[in-house]
Amino acid sequence: MLSDADRIFTNLYGLHDWGLTGARARGDWDGTAAIMARGPDALVEEMKASGLRGRGGAGFPTGMKWSFMPKQVGERPHYLVVNADESEPGTCKDRDILRNDPHKLVEGCLLASFAMRAHVCYIYIRGEFHAEAQRLQAAVDQAYEAGLIGRNACGSGWDFDLYVHRGAGAYICGEETALLESLEGKKGMPRLKPPFPAAVGLYGCPTTVNNVESIAVAPTILRRGAAWFSALGRPKNTGTKLFCISGHVNKPCNVEEELGIPLRELIERYAGGVRGGWENLLAVIPGGSSVPVIPKSICDTVLMDFDSLRDVKSGLGTAAVIVMDRSTDIIKAIARLSQFYKHESCGQCTPCREGTGWMMRVMNRMVYGRAEPEEIDTLEQVTRQIEGHTICALGDAAAWPIQGLIRHFRPVIEERIAQYKSGRTMRPLPMAAE
Amino acid sequence: MVKVTVDGIEVEVPPGANVLQACEAAGKEIPRFCYHDRLSVAGNCRMCLVEIEKAPPKPISSCSYPVADGMVVHTDSPMVRAARRGVMEFLLINHPLDCPICDQGGECDLQDQAIGYGMDHSRYAENKRAVKDKYLGPLVKTVMTRCIQCTRCIRFASEIAGVPELGATSRGENMEVGTYVERALTSELSGNLIDICPVGALTSKPYAFVARPWELRKTDSIDVLDAVGANIRIDARGPAVLRILPRVNDDVNEEWLADKSRFAIDGLKRRRLDACWVRRDGTLQRATWEEAFDAIAMRLDGATGDRIGAVAGNLVDVESMLALKDLMATLGSQNLDCRQDGAAVDVSRRDFYTFNTTIAGIEDADAVLLVGTNPRHEAPLINARIRKRWLALSGRMPVFAVAPHAELTYAVHWLENTPRALATLADESSDVGRTLRSAKRPMLILGQAALTRPDGAAVLAASWQLAAATGMMTPDWHGFNVLHTAAARVGALDLRFLPGPRGKDFTGMLGGGVDVLWLLGADEFDPARIGRNTFVIYQGHHGDHGASRADVILPGAAYTEKNGTYVNTEGRVQRGFFATYPPGQAREDWKIVRALSDRIGRRLPYDTIEAVRARMEQLNPVFARLDISPHFGVSDMTPPAGDPSAIGTEPFLPLFQTYYQTDAISRASPTMAECAAIYRPGMAVAAE
Repeated sequence: MLSDADRIFTNLYGLHDWGLTGARARGDWDGTAAIMARGPDALVEEMKASGLRGRGGAGFPTGMKWSFMPKQVGERPHYLVVNADESEPGTCKDRDILRNDPHKLVEGCLLASFAMRAHVCYIYIRGEFHAEAQRLQAAVDQAYEAGLIGRNACGSGWDFDLYVHRGAGAYICGEETALLESLEGKKGMPRLKPPFPAAVGLYGCPTTVNNVESIAVAPTILRRGAAWFSALGRPKNTGTKLFCISGHVNKPCNVEEELGIPLRELIERYAGGVRGGWENLLAVIPGGSSVPVIPKSICDTVLMDFDSLRDVKSGLGTAAVIVMDRSTDIIKAIARLSQFYKHESCGQCTPCREGTGWMMRVMNRMVYGRAEPEEIDTLEQVTRQIEGHTICALGDAAAWPIQGLIRHFRPVIEERIAQYKSGRTMRPLPMAAE
Repeated sequence: MVKVTVDGIEVEVPPGANVLQACEAAGKEIPRFCYHDRLSVAGNCRMCLVEIEKAPPKPISSCSYPVADGMVVHTDSPMVRAARRGVMEFLLINHPLDCPICDQGGECDLQDQAIGYGMDHSRYAENKRAVKDKYLGPLVKTVMTRCIQCTRCIRFASEIAGVPELGATSRGENMEVGTYVERALTSELSGNLIDICPVGALTSKPYAFVARPWELRKTDSIDVLDAVGANIRIDARGPAVLRILPRVNDDVNEEWLADKSRFAIDGLKRRRLDACWVRRDGTLQRATWEEAFDAIAMRLDGATGDRIGAVAGNLVDVESMLALKDLMATLGSQNLDCRQDGAAVDVSRRDFYTFNTTIAGIEDADAVLLVGTNPRHEAPLINARIRKRWLALSGRMPVFAVAPHAELTYAVHWLENTPRALATLADESSDVGRTLRSAKRPMLILGQAALTRPDGAAVLAASWQLAAATGMMTPDWHGFNVLHTAAARVGALDLRFLPGPRGKDFTGMLGGGVDVLWLLGADEFDPARIGRNTFVIYQGHHGDHGASRADVILPGAAYTEKNGTYVNTEGRVQRGFFATYPPGQAREDWKIVRALSDRIGRRLPYDTIEAVRARMEQLNPVFARLDISPHFGVSDMTPPAGDPSAIGTEPFLPLFQTYYQTDAISRASPTMAECAAIYRPGMAVAAE
């Protein structure tokens, strides 16, 4: 269990002052100039050594991502863009950082920008986060006023400007290249890769896009050292992570814990356990809506980190643990996710544009069992036809929940179909054609 | 060069190429919908997926993936085939599959690829999507339910046409291509949307439900509705020309075609002269060829050469002009002219009247000066080239214009719109002049509006001098260009269809300057200017201005109905071929002249078109050099005749009131009339 001394987000619950005074009392902005004096390359190396993996879902090593930026600033300026478009269903970690510990993020922006030789950083914040955007802007203003950012930030001699940009509420704008398009004022549609943003990013300039949490933990890592951070967690899955536990638990909460904590321990220790006891657990979506669901049998033993969850064909994602007890209609739950992805597909690539709607419609019928048993295989094939065939990962994200459902709950679907055929089930109200 | 192995075949492609191009180089056809080699890469249809070794273990879209040395590509592996089948299935689930009533049927990419990758049945049991059709103007018909969201049309409009009016609204399944605020596309290139649409979502409105592609007889030809000489294919069925499509010629039109050239063809069926007419008792009456020839022979009998004149129109082929010129010579007349607009010209050197940079050469230019021209209306394809070059230089190519203000689809610095600006630019101290001088390959485009003025010769000389002074002419670069608008003009000038030493020019022939005036398709003037007692022979294909004043009408053939040679504004000699028969009694024009020469006892010495062409080559060897891009520099800076100091102070005026109606064919076309009405100046736009 994570000791309080090792906690990074010490005001996660907003019990203390979010402002600059409070942040300073918690250790933020302490010796920032001294950290910067170590030079950009040293900071990147420190981040690499810490083993921090990106907290936005894909788990790509953050230090390595930073090192992809050109070592010299050429004709085009460098940019850091912070992805605060937290829209993954079940996830609410960045939101708490933004409203309760914004200075961690602001300081992280300065250090990360410095490490990547960027003088300008944009924070792209989800449109629905109105109060959070205001809080963040207030923190940015405080930092400007205190000379922590702006011209000669923290007295380090480095000029740094930070802008908060509000999105308009599209899930796809959380995809890094769609985010850049949106930031440039275009329709949020993912770009083709290569070229990657580190080569051609915002306005065609070298750009790194990082999640809020990845950036917000950076100052603490740089202050306390890579060795401290990498000593936490498990090998290759180092450090602490914010977990968002929601659903059928007694006390839904956000909590910072070491990576690699057993899922059962996480739920029982922090979230007050599953409603009706562990035995009442049906399944868990361990990392936000995009990762496959895992049934109780796996939940009993699985550890919460990137590699352990990948081994059980799921993923850590954003570490948004969605707990479902036995009262859940699992088909309906996944069908709801299919509706979400159909609604949020940008419409660019054929498989995702056409496939998400197809999957949603089949799933909607399967909720009532209004389908043929063979259609389960067809649905599975459709998910395979989408997965890996699109520009961005939304297609994959739409396919995986259904794959997880079919993998673990196929008998439930078959039973539902059989029930419907036998007429024992409640029939849905007839619907007019769309 | 980069070495890539495609299905075991090793090919070398230039660095920066994409995998799709490498596959094509290896002779492997890659199915695609969104990729178009003249548009930016969207990579969204996902049809061109291939497998690349040592890349992420998933199918990769070949159109957007750059090649790397030693890359090994598989285009026909089980993974690739499964991926393409999957994409095809997705494309078809919401496609209406209304091929039997779709105008794209038979030439539809989706149909073709579905044969290769489609399933024989659908697994999709849900309701299909339907999309409301959009209004894009009188030329492009939309059936948006068929749209596969490849975004080619969006990219064409914003990149090539330069009118960013198309876009996609909504997202996901609900994504729709449209103009957002419903209005006609304001582009002279909108017809190309029909060609680039891989499915039947954008089809030709005038051609809707007219024919199937396999019913059409296809003939290669040359467009004559402007002086670009776009390469076209005439699709005809029976006696009717049903549509015109561009042919690929990278030096001229790439694969685009302007709207007038494409859609004016319904004018070929209207107001046609299909019989001879002779004026008797003050009214025109139908006649036979013999009667018409008799009437002419009677009038010519005894007329002296200097009282006979001939004028060649703007759409005429070189063969006909040659025959008429030779006939006039036998009659002793030197009164010839091909310039109804009275444009100043100096034919002592060919580069005084041609587009010397060449159209493809525009892509080497790095500064442009437009003088008295609106290339968007006078030659949309040349305008598109200038835009292409401007885009290639990231919008940093300086374009200056001494011309009336117009939207040209690229950034233009508008200078003072009078010939005086030319003198100012030649001045060492002028900023714009300095910009031109510092450019490596600057070019000047001189429009007809600048030459058809009283001071035209002065403007021509002044422009040449300016070009010489600003380094536009070097031994390997010729930046002086005359932009013509009449397809016949350069051919006529090459033929010297111009007043002889003692001959009268066009104005001299009007107002009673001659007793017999032969109009060969000449319609671009007010016939009231012809003298009251002048006997007018009109030879042509449309009952337009010229025919209204005629005493004898000889029905000729339009450009689709004859084998003809045309020289475009670059000086490129090209040949069009006979596609359909002329209507009624109408005949090929050079044959009419040849037949008449026989009737009046002055038989011309050729009986076949080959003999006519041999005579053409004898007169001017350029006619023997077909489709050669005359790319050359210049070392002799002697200016054309004209006193540069005699330039006037009047501003240059627009050459055309409307792009859509500029000649006898387009004036007879209902489609063009509709366009002219919709795209009239100051067209109303609904408030957003």
